Amino acid sequence: MEFLVASAIGILTAGGIYLTLRLRTFPVIMGISLLTYAVNVFIFASGRLTVGAPPILSDGVTTYTDPLPQALVLTAIVISFGMTAVVVMIGLGAFLGSDDDHVDDQPEASDSKAEGQS
Amino acid sequence: MSLFFIVALPFFGALLPGLMNSAGRSACAGVTFTVSLLAFIGLLSNLPTVLAGDVVMVGIDWMPVLGLNFTLMLDGLGFFFATLILGIGLLIIAYARNYLSRDDNMGEFFTYLLLFQGAMVGIVLSDNILLLLVFWEITSLSSFLLIGYWKHLPEGRQGARMALTVTGMGGLAMIGGMLILGQIVGSYDLSVILQNRDLIQADPLYVTALILILLGCFTKSAQFPFHFWLPHAMSAPTPVSAYLHSATMVKAGIFLMARMWPVLSGTPEWFVIVTSAGLITMVLGAVIALFKHDLKALLAFSTVSHLGLITMLLGTGSAFGAMAAVFHILNHATFKAALFMSAGIIDHEAHTRDIRRLGGLRKLMPVTFMIASLAALSMAGIPLLNGFLSKEMMLEEAHHTVLFGSHWLVPALATFGSVFSAAYCFRLIGHVFFGPVRDDYPAKPHDPNPGLWMPPAILAVLVVVIGVAPFVAEPFVKLVTASVLGGAADLPSAHFKIWHGLVPALFMSIIAVAGGLVMIAVFNPALRLWDRTPRPEAKPIFEAIVESVTQVARLLILPLHNGAFSRFAAIGAITIIAAGFHAWTTGTLGAPTREAQAASPVVIAGWVMLVAATAGLVLMHRNRLLSLILIGIVGLMVSIGFVFFSAPDLAMTQFTVEVVTIILLLLALNFLPKFTPVESTVLRRVRDAGVAIAGGLATFGLAYYYMLRTSVAPPISEFHLANSYKGGGGNNVVNVILVDFRGFDTYGEIIVLGIAALLIYALTETLLSGPVRARLLNRKPDQKRAGNKHPIMMVVLTRVIMPVVLLVGFYIFLRGHNEPGGGFIAGLIVSIAVVMQYMASGFAWTSARLRYPYHGVIGAGVLIAGFTGIGSWFVGKPFLTSAFTYVRIPPFHKFELATAALFDLGVFLAVVGAVMLSLESFSRLAKRANMADSEYPMDIDPSRDDPDSATSGQAKEEV
Repeated sequence: MEFLVASAIGILTAGGIYLTLRLRTFPVIMGISLLTYAVNVFIFASGRLTVGAPPILSDGVTTYTDPLPQALVLTAIVISFGMTAVVVMIGLGAFLGSDDDHVDDQPEASDSKAEGQS
Repeated sequence: MSLFFIVALPFFGALLPGLMNSAGRSACAGVTFTVSLLAFIGLLSNLPTVLAGDVVMVGIDWMPVLGLNFTLMLDGLGFFFATLILGIGLLIIAYARNYLSRDDNMGEFFTYLLLFQGAMVGIVLSDNILLLLVFWEITSLSSFLLIGYWKHLPEGRQGARMALTVTGMGGLAMIGGMLILGQIVGSYDLSVILQNRDLIQADPLYVTALILILLGCFTKSAQFPFHFWLPHAMSAPTPVSAYLHSATMVKAGIFLMARMWPVLSGTPEWFVIVTSAGLITMVLGAVIALFKHDLKALLAFSTVSHLGLITMLLGTGSAFGAMAAVFHILNHATFKAALFMSAGIIDHEAHTRDIRRLGGLRKLMPVTFMIASLAALSMAGIPLLNGFLSKEMMLEEAHHTVLFGSHWLVPALATFGSVFSAAYCFRLIGHVFFGPVRDDYPAKPHDPNPGLWMPPAILAVLVVVIGVAPFVAEPFVKLVTASVLGGAADLPSAHFKIWHGLVPALFMSIIAVAGGLVMIAVFNPALRLWDRTPRPEAKPIFEAIVESVTQVARLLILPLHNGAFSRFAAIGAITIIAAGFHAWTTGTLGAPTREAQAASPVVIAGWVMLVAATAGLVLMHRNRLLSLILIGIVGLMVSIGFVFFSAPDLAMTQFTVEVVTIILLLLALNFLPKFTPVESTVLRRVRDAGVAIAGGLATFGLAYYYMLRTSVAPPISEFHLANSYKGGGGNNVVNVILVDFRGFDTYGEIIVLGIAALLIYALTETLLSGPVRARLLNRKPDQKRAGNKHPIMMVVLTRVIMPVVLLVGFYIFLRGHNEPGGGFIAGLIVSIAVVMQYMASGFAWTSARLRYPYHGVIGAGVLIAGFTGIGSWFVGKPFLTSAFTYVRIPPFHKFELATAALFDLGVFLAVVGAVMLSLESFSRLAKRANMADSEYPMDIDPSRDDPDSATSGQAKEEV
């Protein structure tokens, strides 16, 4: 199971990095979202994997999973929504303002090309 | 008055001038004056204690762990400087009221001035050297603001930058020096440091600390080779020049040398560095000053020269030298501030400061002439004026100083400097006030109103009083000197007298005055010689250095970060991977301590789905809608993973966030192109894939090895588990951590979330008020639209389900403390309920039924959470301490009341507000583009945006 989770983190990271290195805003945002998943799962996994022992105290139960990474990841998930929203807004604003959704500044010549596509 | 108030008054007072700006210039200056006066009176109220030889100390612990405590100390030296700062400050404020024109923003000026004043007072009263550094940097910053006050003048901006660069760099060096000093002594308190002379001077790091601290002092006090910034700072308004650059700020370096004198002085290093720097500065400044035609430049270089003189006196390390230095600080502050103010008057009335264009002002401006002449003659060292006394003490001290084994070097150079010093004073009087009255002044000069000449006149009176009756100043100067010496040397017994007999110093004085007169007589040929002599100009050198540093920085940074995101993202990723690889190869790795758990087929199936969705996303990312669906699957699988691995709270959060994120991205995709074109070369894609695979392998390896080993130390989680119920009153440990153990963290996070939402709102507003608005209005939809805008089933269903969802949200919120749930999740669920209404019934329909603006909801949430935290102060507990109790109201079951629930309510509201404000902002863009209105409740209507029907819709809108 550890291998599966670790490889999932690895694959999410790899996909995230690849998409983050793309040239248009939308895939980059997708890539950042994938990286967010990877990071959240990694932090979560730092509490080690436990099946069937949620950190809800109840009588007669002595094993609980580590609650701290969960609390950290919970806020991280909500915050990353806020961050994604901001990045999307910036990307959208840039596109609406210039009809171009490249993440990098383009040489003058390619501007007309970008406009043609939208 | 407590020292705290003296320091705090100017800072708090700095808020007032800006507020009083609209009440008129006199009110603005008046309130500033009152603030300074209060601080001054507060200072004087401590005079009896200081006169009794006691040291006033107050302090509170600020960051005791770092040794940074807010401790203030008032002894003779601090009192002396604080008197100069506040006393001359009062005169300057009165002067500035009349000096600044109606076009100048007086509130801004006085705000900066008070900030500066507070920081200066802070420096001289600090007992903690770290605190002193804080104030030190504030003076650099406020001086920057004051020099650049006339923002429209390029010289002002350049001068301000140069001053900030030089003094800022010095400040950095000084931080290093102070830290070393603190490490040597083991305390950052001056009162402790000053007791440890032997310990400090024996330390191998003494020289390093000394040089670093002196760098700070020399840059601030414009000592060679850092003297060049001061003349350029003269583009500031004259009150600033008079205040900062003659009387106070430039003396901060000298103050610090005097303050540190007991522990740093007396060694050969101190003597050689400080004395020679002072001597060179003194001579250089005096020579340059003589040939400057701008009155303020002349005074600036003369200030440089006099600062050099004081530095040299402190450098000699003798008690008499220290006393002469203190006396000269006092005298210089009086005559130089008066001179600067006079120069300002001349500039104000004659509209020029160029000495070559002036002359004959004696008859036109008799009052100014009197004031300026007295001050200038004092500076030249003419008997019966205060400058004579301290200058003679300086020459006396120079006479005894042996530098580099030479008996005559110091006296000769000191006399040489004095010749030029006297010469520029005579030139100032002779070329500005004497000579024939001209008829080509840029304006008609006459004496100004008393508001301008009174402040310098008061100083001129002091010049004469001290000069005629030096015994008046003697006890005070000796008191100050005693606190400079701090027991490291005995107080000199010499008395201040005008006539000491035929001592060598008198002859040197006579040579200086006579030489000065000769120099003036041969001024014209000397000037021609000076103009022909090639000499380095500081400004181009400084600019060349700055330029070359910029070049080096560019060479270093541009290859890494040329503004292209994909480039530095790649470089960043590679660097992190490389660093990780380095750690991996050089570190040690223990054997696994945990058993890998067996995976059931269900887990493998989930893994396969996750991997397939991720791979599909990467491969098919060009189809953006498809990629959105695929990332939804990824999110779903992550949520299910959380469920499986005992994290129900996380799963609920992830799941609800997933919903709102997808809605958000859909709203954005409405405007963005639907496909990503192929642009990058195959080579580039292979490169990116390589980086990605390396990164993936690295994180895989890290995560895998991490999970198979237990932590090296027991985690704090045990504490959380043990205390969650006992201390926090909740069974859901994750929720208790969020609202109680780490409540402050959560509080910060909801604020960040709120800020993010407000940022999105602000960006939307900016977009909608700019050219984008027109573009949106003219936009033709690029997709085919469905026929039915508001499917009746969806409208009915969402409205029926709304109360149910709200109930679920309420339930999830209430049970959060003991069962999975809580404010975050409930907030997201309620947001989804509201978003559903937007989606089904349309933007306008929903907005019309919206009672509270989302900004208000965010604010209410943050405030409720904050007030809950503050509430614990009233019972004497730290911020956000939670309390809970169990109550039973028959016939209900026993239930719990906890303040944490109130905090969670704040979290809930902030989350609802932030999520809704973000989504609403996005759909406002859509509304603008598609012109939805109440007639068509849903704003993103595909059918109406069909090319033919869209035009009719547009026409309807415009009617």
